[in-house]
Amino acid sequence: MLAFVLRRAAQAVLVMVVVALIAFTLFRFVGDPVNQMVGIETSAQERELLRQQLGLNDPVVVQFARFIWAAAHLDFGASYQFKQPVIDLFAERFPATIELSIVSALFSLLLGIPMGVYTALHRDSWLSGIILTVSLVGISLPTFLIGILLIYIFAVSLPWLPSFGRGDVIALGFWTTGLLTKSGLRAIILPAVTLALFQMALIMRLVRSEMIEVLRTDYIKFARARGLPNRLVNFGHALKNTLVPVVTIVGLQFGSIIAFAIITETVFQWPGMGLLFLRAVQNADIPIMSAYLLLVAAIFVLINLVVDLLYVVVDPRIRIGGRSA
Amino acid sequence: MSSSIRASGSADARPDVMSAQQDIKSIKADQPSPLALFLDNDFVYSFWHSKITVAASLVALLIVLGAVLAPWIAPHDPFDLKTLSLLDSNAPPAWAKGGDIRFLLGTDDQGRDVFSTILYGSRLSLAVGLLSVVFAAALGITLGLIAGYAGGAVDTLIMRAADVQLTFPAILIALLIDGTAHALFGQYREESATIWVLVLSIGLSFWVQYARTVRSMTFVERNKDYVLAARLIGIRPSLILVRHILPNVIGPVLVIVTINLALAIILEATLSFLGVGLSPTQPSLGTMIRIGNNFLFSGEWWIAIFPGITLAALVLSVNLVGDWLRDALNPKLR
Repeated sequence: MLAFVLRRAAQAVLVMVVVALIAFTLFRFVGDPVNQMVGIETSAQERELLRQQLGLNDPVVVQFARFIWAAAHLDFGASYQFKQPVIDLFAERFPATIELSIVSALFSLLLGIPMGVYTALHRDSWLSGIILTVSLVGISLPTFLIGILLIYIFAVSLPWLPSFGRGDVIALGFWTTGLLTKSGLRAIILPAVTLALFQMALIMRLVRSEMIEVLRTDYIKFARARGLPNRLVNFGHALKNTLVPVVTIVGLQFGSIIAFAIITETVFQWPGMGLLFLRAVQNADIPIMSAYLLLVAAIFVLINLVVDLLYVVVDPRIRIGGRSA
Repeated sequence: MSSSIRASGSADARPDVMSAQQDIKSIKADQPSPLALFLDNDFVYSFWHSKITVAASLVALLIVLGAVLAPWIAPHDPFDLKTLSLLDSNAPPAWAKGGDIRFLLGTDDQGRDVFSTILYGSRLSLAVGLLSVVFAAALGITLGLIAGYAGGAVDTLIMRAADVQLTFPAILIALLIDGTAHALFGQYREESATIWVLVLSIGLSFWVQYARTVRSMTFVERNKDYVLAARLIGIRPSLILVRHILPNVIGPVLVIVTINLALAIILEATLSFLGVGLSPTQPSLGTMIRIGNNFLFSGEWWIAIFPGITLAALVLSVNLVGDWLRDALNPKLR
């Protein structure tokens, strides 16, 4: 058990080092920090002096160590476009992205699991047919197209919901939340649904196939033979065992929700980190790009690690080295 | 022990009657080459007896034909500035009030016929999708073959890189590569170069799947008798990989290609929609939806919706064909 934990942790550290190396390469070699700081009229000597002062003439290894040290202290340099420290820009937008991701994860769980259970229990009903067809469309349609369609239906044709922005927000210390105001709640519906649709379809299909498999097993047949009520068999016995893989996938998908938020945030002009990252890509704002890469990697690696460890705790059948890929 | 019939064309490798039955089993487990399966009756049968697949391939075929024949069948040339007139801009579809019979699906803000632009746009979307899938497959297959055949440190290096990349969603990687290319060649970037940057970004974000599949199969194949025999008579490793191992591992790759094609088309459309893909003067379906999105609020819905429907139909039909292909080529489900 301990060996497993240590190996996973070592793997996570390795991934972070590789990502940090890429982020450093981006930061140092793709974007030239000096060119961004000076004007055209700066002479070559002055540039050289600045280089010396910034330590850009030091050995690359030293510079990399310095980069890691700064990143560990949340210092990612200043954005080229905004002329502000990247970390301040992130702190401002982080709550928006996290709120959107959590709300849409909740949406997809609260709708996906019941729909998956229903389609597994009533495989031939017409409602299952409709749910399955819709989920196929949900998986096939690009996120941005779903967003546009929702805007056209619920914001343009039927002026019910706002189509952009976050509404009014309340500041709670360093965290700003839109979940406590009416306009904030109205504003989060469309982006959260857009972001949730793909995950919801995924969870629904997963729950359905797992549930169908579990319903065939002997202990379910035995439970029925004992005369237990259907409700107890379906939810007490079957669903409980279905949820283990579902929890894993949901954990892993939370990372991809944050990545897909880039698209959703752009469609709905949601003031989060995804929108900031996209602006950075469009304007070649390297410090933001490399910091975003590091931050997202840290989140992903952390989630992966936690899910891996949870898996061992939750499912005693999984033993050391037993899990492939 | 169980040598493959197809692998070695030479007569001396043919198995004797005793092991013939075992060989049939091993062929099924190896996933036969698609060419052989096309001649196989089961395959053709399962195609015609899946109505959804037939319908989906018809839709896909229609869009592909429209895209390929665009210069001959499109009523207008959206790239010919002489024929464009701002007087025609934002015309609704022909059947709507104020519609113009010349423009079946209406026009966009620059007076381009939406129907013609869709034909030319699907051409670009398909081209970028196909090119990037081919690029990803070529890269992934090459690295997978090398990793599986060489083993050891080379294998570890390539597969660790794959693991790291797999942690991140494709869209993020494509955006990062695109942004880096933008920063490197910013001002010098020409219009024709954007298509290649796009192909590169999408291709590099998809290679992992091919590499993993090919590597694990190469791992199995490299210890088989026919490979040992080829090595014994002194054939170069590169030739063994290409001529002997590759034909045996290509089957599953073709399934990944179809499924990836849909993903690549979506990714291209998404990048173009986000404004980091193709430029507005060379509109792909994604670019058209981006343009149309700006006019959605003023009621000009047709500029975004028709390309959107085309994109959705294309992706859905390619996905359905891919699903069927996966099931038809999977011996476990037969």
